[in-house]
Amino acid sequence: MSAALVVAGVSRSFGGLTAVHAVDLSLEPGERHAIIGPNGAGKTTLFNLIAGELAPSAGRIVVFGQDVTRLPPERRAALGLARTFQINTLFPNLTATENVLLAVQGTTPTKLRLHRPIESYRHLYERAAHLLDSVGLAGKGSEMVRTLSHGEQRQLEIALAIGGTPRILLLDEPTAGLSPSESQRLVRLLKRLETSLTLLVIEHDMDVVFEIAERITVLHDGKVIADGDRDQVKASPLVAEIYFGSD
Amino acid sequence: MTARRAIPFSACAALLLAVPPFLPPYPLTLLTQILIFAIFAMSLDLLLGYTGLASLGHAAYFGIAAYAVAILATRSQASFWVCLLAAVFAATAVAAVFGFVAIRAVGVYFLMITLALGMVVWGLAFRWVSVTMGDNGISGIARPTLFGVSLASPLPFHYLSLAVFFVAFALLWLVVRSPFGLSLQGIRETERRMRALGYDVWLHKYLAFVLAGGFAGLAGALWAYYDGFVSPVEVHLVTSVETLLMVALGGPGTLFGPILGAAVIVLFKNLLSIYTKRWLLILGLVYIGVIVLTPKGILGALRGARR
Repeated sequence: MSAALVVAGVSRSFGGLTAVHAVDLSLEPGERHAIIGPNGAGKTTLFNLIAGELAPSAGRIVVFGQDVTRLPPERRAALGLARTFQINTLFPNLTATENVLLAVQGTTPTKLRLHRPIESYRHLYERAAHLLDSVGLAGKGSEMVRTLSHGEQRQLEIALAIGGTPRILLLDEPTAGLSPSESQRLVRLLKRLETSLTLLVIEHDMDVVFEIAERITVLHDGKVIADGDRDQVKASPLVAEIYFGSD
Repeated sequence: MTARRAIPFSACAALLLAVPPFLPPYPLTLLTQILIFAIFAMSLDLLLGYTGLASLGHAAYFGIAAYAVAILATRSQASFWVCLLAAVFAATAVAAVFGFVAIRAVGVYFLMITLALGMVVWGLAFRWVSVTMGDNGISGIARPTLFGVSLASPLPFHYLSLAVFFVAFALLWLVVRSPFGLSLQGIRETERRMRALGYDVWLHKYLAFVLAGGFAGLAGALWAYYDGFVSPVEVHLVTSVETLLMVALGGPGTLFGPILGAAVIVLFKNLLSIYTKRWLLILGLVYIGVIVLTPKGILGALRGARR
């Protein structure tokens, strides 16, 4: 079986600064993979390259055997690539249900229909209600998203990302700004996701990383400095030095 | 539609149907004007309020349709239906071409490009004298006879306008409530997320732009018959700005808002100008007041008060 996601020699520079330098990454279907590294290591830039918001200066990105290096974000989403954002990127003046509806219809041809009110698409609403329920937002459907708390908006981020039934999910610091208990709830939610879903997560909280991910890639100054399973990375002295600080 | 909204909605529709025969001619023609500009303003709101695209050249599509009717009706004596179809088609086709140029730009650049495209159409109306009669405009557009009823007098023409208004409202209501309509609102809110969710943002904006042009054309065609006269004023920047004001004043992102805004501005324009030449000044003050006090327009203020 071919890999779910392959990043091959991908680089991206901004002027003189090389934010991502010849990064290689390969994820098997269903793999749970984390990227860690200090601030400014190029993690979010790498995500933007994989999701298609940025074009790489060099290298190739392959999703389920298809080269997507030149495809815009929406075409990659149609291939089953979904993402969340480090800073909540939702639709603040729409209700939580409408937010999730947009995610659900985003990967279907329904999004271009304009001859029937959306209320008549019962299955979209059922799926939206199910998604809100699964991220712990049952009963919040009719609330405007701008009135939800930060934690609730983080949960909605996940609902939006899984709404289009993706095969690969990129999570950019899912627990950013959450309290420890909220963070724990989110981890439980992530662990309940379909086992066939390939997960790539950027995270600073090492407890969260070790709980979710089987494999870990360490990024430093835009380069991969370590890549291996959880225990290998934990034990690597190089990682300890760069990531946890030497003492 | 929920029951809570259905009742005032039906009451408004019933009033619009029942009241016209009892109105004196002048107020009746004002009401006809309001209906025509309401269609125009609703079409612009599809862009401004729903998709988040502020166009400064929307009068182009209104004017092109008005000119299409004027030219076909006076030179070829074409029938009402031919004129109407040709006018809406012309407006839609021009919007389809202009959309290719305009939708690539965002924010203030979109504003500037639509302004420039609007000025191109105005320039043509002004300078292409052999077709448009230039500054003199095209006069003598006769109102048609439909189903054996002459629409020359105000009352039957008003009912024609009302029928077109209802059709336009129903179609636009369907569009904004459809999955496509929700997608447009998503684009208005957060384009970046929409791309990540799999939406071709360009395509959605383009379709909204073309649709808005078509509905503006419908209003423009009616206007040509209403006024019997079409001149470069119809495609002028001032007409575009007035329509933007109608939407902003009434309440963008709703269909009732632009109708309300159209009513306020048509009444201001016609009634205040009897008393003072400085009616634009008063309109400006009202507009500033609304923006400062209630950014969601008059409708937003009314909704806020009810809570």
